[in-house]
Amino acid sequence: MSVDTAAIRRIAKLARIHVEEEALPGLAAEFNGILQWIEQLQQVDTSGVEPMAGGGATALRWRQDEVTDGGQAEKVLANAPDREGEYFAVPKVVE
Amino acid sequence: MSYTLEGKTGPWEIVVGLEVHAQVISNSKLFSGAATAFGAEPNSQVSFIDAGFPGMLPTINEVCIAQAVRTGLGLKAEINLWSRFDRKNYFYADLPQGYQISQFAHPIVGKGEIEVTLADGSTKMIGITRLHLEQDAGKSIHDQHPSKSFIDLNRSGVALMEIVSEPDMRSPEEAGAYLTKLRQILRYLGTCDGNMDEGSMRADVNVSVRKAGEEFRTRCEVKNVNSIRFVMQAVEAEALRQIEVWESGGTVDQETRLFDTARGITRSMRSKEDAHDYRYFPDPDLPPLVLEQSWVDAIKASLPELPDERRARYLALGLTPYDVHVLTLEKETAVFFETVAKGRDAKLAANWVTGDFFAALNRLKRDISDPPVTAEHLGELLDLVSDNTVSGSLAKQVFEAMIETGKAPGVIVEERGLKQVTDTGAIEKVIAEVMAANEGKVAEYRSGKDKLFGFFVGQTMKASGGKANPAMVNELLKKMLA
Repeated sequence: MSVDTAAIRRIAKLARIHVEEEALPGLAAEFNGILQWIEQLQQVDTSGVEPMAGGGATALRWRQDEVTDGGQAEKVLANAPDREGEYFAVPKVVE
Repeated sequence: MSYTLEGKTGPWEIVVGLEVHAQVISNSKLFSGAATAFGAEPNSQVSFIDAGFPGMLPTINEVCIAQAVRTGLGLKAEINLWSRFDRKNYFYADLPQGYQISQFAHPIVGKGEIEVTLADGSTKMIGITRLHLEQDAGKSIHDQHPSKSFIDLNRSGVALMEIVSEPDMRSPEEAGAYLTKLRQILRYLGTCDGNMDEGSMRADVNVSVRKAGEEFRTRCEVKNVNSIRFVMQAVEAEALRQIEVWESGGTVDQETRLFDTARGITRSMRSKEDAHDYRYFPDPDLPPLVLEQSWVDAIKASLPELPDERRARYLALGLTPYDVHVLTLEKETAVFFETVAKGRDAKLAANWVTGDFFAALNRLKRDISDPPVTAEHLGELLDLVSDNTVSGSLAKQVFEAMIETGKAPGVIVEERGLKQVTDTGAIEKVIAEVMAANEGKVAEYRSGKDKLFGFFVGQTMKASGGKANPAMVNELLKKMLA
């Protein structure tokens, strides 16, 4: 599997990352390097090995249903580029 | 006869599937300790996790897991002991993380089913494809400012159950019946309040049309419909639109649409073509969700009685199908009825609850959660009817007085002297007076004019102030007029 500059342009757009046109071929080459490495990993024989979701904890830790957080609108809004009262304010988005 | 819509080329069948988002009842959010209560001050119930601050780690709320399992069991569905959370990636102002934590490949609940009852009394099974847990987004407010949208993140991170049906519905009525039944089950289980006005339950409606015997054609999704009535309207409006597209030689494109409730039509959401490329992948912050079978079994053992079981039990008590339907529709009504009926005649209790009591609710515009007469008091009134302290018609007077005063029926009967007269001597005395005042009619009756009997009953009841026991009046009159 390999990706071309069109795929890179699309991935960047979906991630809302601005990439100059001339940077696309270089990024495509880097992506393909990563994919080749994955393909190399896939050559390992994993028959009989259970698929796993991660290398750390094998199950989620649960917490109790208690209200322990919130009540901090000022802190939550502190980094907002714009606000109106206790609301975040953003350019109007209407479907 | 199955439901079809008539087009220029003949009848069309419609195919409907629903995705329902149901807010989980819990104190705190799915992955944070912020509160979930509706209607709080903006951004007052937001943790740094809900606001998508960097470096924050989600920890799952055990009650939200239990609620999803409880709902799955109530839908007679498979519970998956191993499930996993994925990231659904998209950008929107009310989604500060830039992704929604959801379950894509491995939901916590698998296939189940719901039986719905239709207006003609028939029943139909609607398949449930899956139920998964996910985070709700924040709320955008568009109408407060000419050029800005306001964002409140209080809802951000509240647990949602997305409940996906099979495309098993074939009419607007079936879609409405499914949603009604699903909401009833959620309310019985106490896992979602089902309040569509407040947005705690919302439906995405998938609609396609086809000719009889065909495979499915392309479907469209009508998003975020917020009442059962609107779901039924949206199904029909979207189906009619698609029929027109097909019949005019076009093809229906798979797309997301909105239902314009004012105009009764659906319209395309002018979203970018790549809006649906969510690039799901397993959330690296969250190891798999693993359940013990014994934990699931304990939840199963603690499930409350569900609507279907309750209905069967009421029918076995000899109640009419209509009474059973209205008494089980809302859990609160059933609980009220059972308090009234406890240790008493179930049919008498059902008659009073569905009759005078419901009429009073309607007249006073009150709700079952705020009844004008308590279930205990109504039960006591039934006792007074059963032991002949008051007659049926006097009981109605007592009931009205209970609404006015809030007093117990026994107190009202004492205070107002409404106790039924069952003393033979007293009733005979009243009858004698009535006969003395109407000697001519007595003579007519005795000469064969039987129809006058009703006149004497009426006069006697009137003279006793409505308090004479009607059965005894009848019996004694027959004797004394003979």
